[in-house]
Amino acid sequence: MDIRAARLTADEYAHNFSDMHPPLGDTAALVEADRCYFCYDAPCTEACPTGIDVAGFISMIKSGNNSGAARLILQENIIGGSCARVCPTETLCEQACVRNEQDHRPVSIGLLQRHAVDAAINAGQQFFSRAPDTGKRVAIVGAGPAGLSCAHGLARQGHQVTIIEAREKSGGLNEYGLAAYKMLDDFASREIEYIAAIGGIEIRYGQHLGDDFDTGSLLNEFDAIFLGMGLDGVNSLNLANEEVDGVMSAVDYISQIRQSGDLSELPVGRQVVVIGGGMTAIDIATQVKLLGADEVTLVYRRGPEAMVASEEEREFTQIKGVKILYNAKPVNIITVDGHVREVEFERKGETFSLPADMLFKAIGQNFDAKLDGAVELEKGRIRVDAQRKTSVAGIWAGGDCVCDGEDLTVAAAQDGKLAAKSINEYLLKSGRGE
Amino acid sequence: MADLTSNFIGIHSPNPFWLASAPPTDKAYNVVRAFEAGWGGVVWKTLGEDGPPLVNVNGPRYGAWHSGDRRLVGFNNIELITDRPLDLNVREITQVKKDWPDRAMIVSLMVPCNEDAWKEILHKIEDTGADGIELNFGCPHGMSERGMGAAVGQVPEYVEMVTRWCKEYSAMPVIVKLTPNISDIRQSARAAHNGGANAVSMINTINSIISVDLDTFSINPSTGGKGTHGGYCGPAVKPIALNMVAEVARDEQTRGLPISGIGGITTWRDAVDFIALGAGNVQVCTAAMTYGFKVIDDMVTGLSDFMDSKGFASVDEIVGKAVDKVTDWKYLDLNTIVKAQIDQEQCIECGRCHVVCEDTSHQAISATKDGSRHFEVIDEECVGCNLCVSVCPVEGCISLRELSVGEIDKRTGETVSGEYANWTTHANNPMRTNQ
Ligand SMILES: Cc1cc2nc3c(=O)[nH]c(=O)nc-3n(C[C@H](O)[C@H](O)[C@H](O)COP(=O)(O)OP(=O)(O)OC[C@H]3O[C@@H](n4cnc5c(N)ncnc54)[C@H](O)[C@@H]3O)c2cc1C
Ligand SMILES: Cc1cc2nc3c(=O)[nH]c(=O)nc-3n(C[C@H](O)[C@H](O)[C@H](O)COP(=O)(O)O)c2cc1C
Ligand code: SF4
Ligand code: SF4
Ligand code: SF4
Repeated sequence: MDIRAARLTADEYAHNFSDMHPPLGDTAALVEADRCYFCYDAPCTEACPTGIDVAGFISMIKSGNNSGAARLILQENIIGGSCARVCPTETLCEQACVRNEQDHRPVSIGLLQRHAVDAAINAGQQFFSRAPDTGKRVAIVGAGPAGLSCAHGLARQGHQVTIIEAREKSGGLNEYGLAAYKMLDDFASREIEYIAAIGGIEIRYGQHLGDDFDTGSLLNEFDAIFLGMGLDGVNSLNLANEEVDGVMSAVDYISQIRQSGDLSELPVGRQVVVIGGGMTAIDIATQVKLLGADEVTLVYRRGPEAMVASEEEREFTQIKGVKILYNAKPVNIITVDGHVREVEFERKGETFSLPADMLFKAIGQNFDAKLDGAVELEKGRIRVDAQRKTSVAGIWAGGDCVCDGEDLTVAAAQDGKLAAKSINEYLLKSGRGE
Repeated sequence: MADLTSNFIGIHSPNPFWLASAPPTDKAYNVVRAFEAGWGGVVWKTLGEDGPPLVNVNGPRYGAWHSGDRRLVGFNNIELITDRPLDLNVREITQVKKDWPDRAMIVSLMVPCNEDAWKEILHKIEDTGADGIELNFGCPHGMSERGMGAAVGQVPEYVEMVTRWCKEYSAMPVIVKLTPNISDIRQSARAAHNGGANAVSMINTINSIISVDLDTFSINPSTGGKGTHGGYCGPAVKPIALNMVAEVARDEQTRGLPISGIGGITTWRDAVDFIALGAGNVQVCTAAMTYGFKVIDDMVTGLSDFMDSKGFASVDEIVGKAVDKVTDWKYLDLNTIVKAQIDQEQCIECGRCHVVCEDTSHQAISATKDGSRHFEVIDEECVGCNLCVSVCPVEGCISLRELSVGEIDKRTGETVSGEYANWTTHANNPMRTNQ
């Protein structure tokens, strides 16, 4: 077993964890913005889950109207700064860009969005203000992208928002989950500070729905509830020895990476196996490789076409040195002295094994909140309608914890926005709380 | 390789590309570098009368208008004529001409509007061995306020008078450089012609203000918080210059008067435009000031390849080839009917053709077909205006198709007759002439 910290020099850590897509300088942004055709009924906007007016904001960057651009973005998506960094644009807005047809290279919408939003956030430029206090109070469970987006939308309307968060920090997976090379310089917390600056948003930390309170108690205290708890559980491989040393949940380890003040303190194996096929699998494999692991193999049980991770993401991890094996199913975890040593796989009727100092499980998260049947579920997650209403009056939900849509930061942002709109209509109509 | 040698009013140069009178031709050092780079000739930066030289501002002299990717598309300046002593210029001109006998050396002049001043300077220039002179009647700033430059160029009588003096007191060929800051360029060209000019050159720079500094509200460029209008040049002025060249080339009174074409020439293609519209050679300033003298390489090889591909043996064969194709609006054939058509293979579905036709033209491009994004011309509405072609980002994707004789124009329901008919005889024209 070879698991060690400090495999690299300080320079190597710094280089490996530098920005995946470095920001555009001012001139580069103008040149890139100039590539945008200002399409009619632009397909990129259609492809953005939050419906940002892409052609509009890019034309504003072109004219030097950066604050106009940032306002246009944030008006549809208050966490547009994070989205600009982490959205798989190659499957969203940039996939729809007409420039693909013409010269196989879309306009770099994500980088332009980041250019505009970062400038506004760095300058502390606020575009929205709170309407006069309505006296209505809304509880939001979970301070992830869904919860924050909903909170901002409601605060704008003058409602008082209380976010109740189980952990010690807000941000959800923005803070604990997204790859370190996508979210540099403490951006998650800077963004939250920016969002909360609108006022009317209080955050209570260390309070866990199910353990410390339940929806019933919330309904007594608040006029409406939004549930944005994300996915707390981790799917299991259903193999013997899954609990031995060296077998870890990818999300847990990623959260250690994100919270680490000094990457050289993180121990990594020389030989590492990752099992999974989504963003989490790509992210853990890449980051472990970048922390200095020698051999990292990502094993997926089906072919590349079935993989949730996009071609760009797969290429990215391969460029960083991760090997991907397809169509192989884990069947056995072989241990030595209570520690993982090898993982056995089955592929087309044959078995083979890979040596492993560490084995990461990245086969998905599941919804694990103790709701005790308070709202109806569907396919193991909360059932919601188009306005993100749950089966219970006064309770909305959005983000990863609901059954609809993709598990993406931007989708969570859209859910929060839609829910805020619906909650606002409900509060204005119901007259509750006065 | 085609023969690029040029004989413009008896002045020979290895190619038809001269540097216009401006900073690139201000002194021997620059001009020698230009000749080394391959330029066919120069018009030396304008000289003034003997005496203490002029002074330029010590603040910025130039302003620029950029495209989004910071290509310089328009350029303006508030520079004066040379600020170096006359004797120094004369000595350098003499030396450079001696060292580079095969290159054209023209000296640009601007002195006060009196006969003696011109007489005096002409003799000095004649002694340099220069091939000719160019009269700068164009400078729009600084000099015009002293009764020179554009102040002369804007009054046809003065143009004629000064030209006549120059012809009288010198044997050198005289090129009169025209200012575009007038309402009818033909008046100035006719005046030069009447005064005996061997050629006209056009255009000098256009009165302009580049922009306003939105923090200080001074104009750009500014010196000590204030600015003044400057002369505009570079790619943005080319269409204006082309029109002026064509106007003079097809004017009854100046037909055949040699023209040296100037204004925004950056590539060989620009040069061919000028030559086809009647210019015997061309002059360049801004392109050199933007990229350096090396731009001559593309001009020379591009022109040569073009001539080879089209079978032109000499530049003279291209001169004026497009002049007959310019006419007045009233003579355009109203029975030629065109319709836009979109090549669906090339279309990238940006929708710009649709939105511009819908918002600002004739509602002749549909945006959907069977519920999906699809752009197609509606022949019943299309007037063939060329707007969609102009805005489509894919070159060649939208084209205008001319209806053939016998086809029905779906917009008007009329059959294309193929007969020529213009406004002068049109039924709706109250001033029509009967055929
Ligand atoms: C490793 C990883 C990488 C990813 N990379 C990307 C990417 O690159 N791009 C992208 O678009 N998406 C990515 N995603 C998906 C994205 O992070 C999520 O879709 C998004 O964060 C969902 O937001 P959310 O607000 O619904 O939930 P979360 O971000 O999970 O936030 C939920 C919040 O609720 C809190 N909470 C949970 N349970 C309780 C409770 N019982 N009581 C109180 N509080 C509770 C949590 O502590 C957390 O703060 C990634 C996900 C993972 C796991
Ligand atoms: C900085 C500058 C100084 C100029 N000085 C003169 C001059 O002294 N005499 C003159 O006849 N034209 C002068 N011009 C005008 C140029 O010769 C030329 O007519 C004009 O710039 C248009 O050509 P272009 O578009 O290639 O620059 C000057 C132009 C510039 C940019
Ligand atoms: S599709 Fe591409 S070119 Fe068109 S508006 Fe969007 S980003 Fe611009
Ligand atoms: S040519 Fe003019 S009228 Fe016809 S489709 Fe194009 S823009 Fe519309
Ligand atoms: S402007 Fe050109 S590319 Fe764009 S939709 Fe129209 S025809 Fe297609």
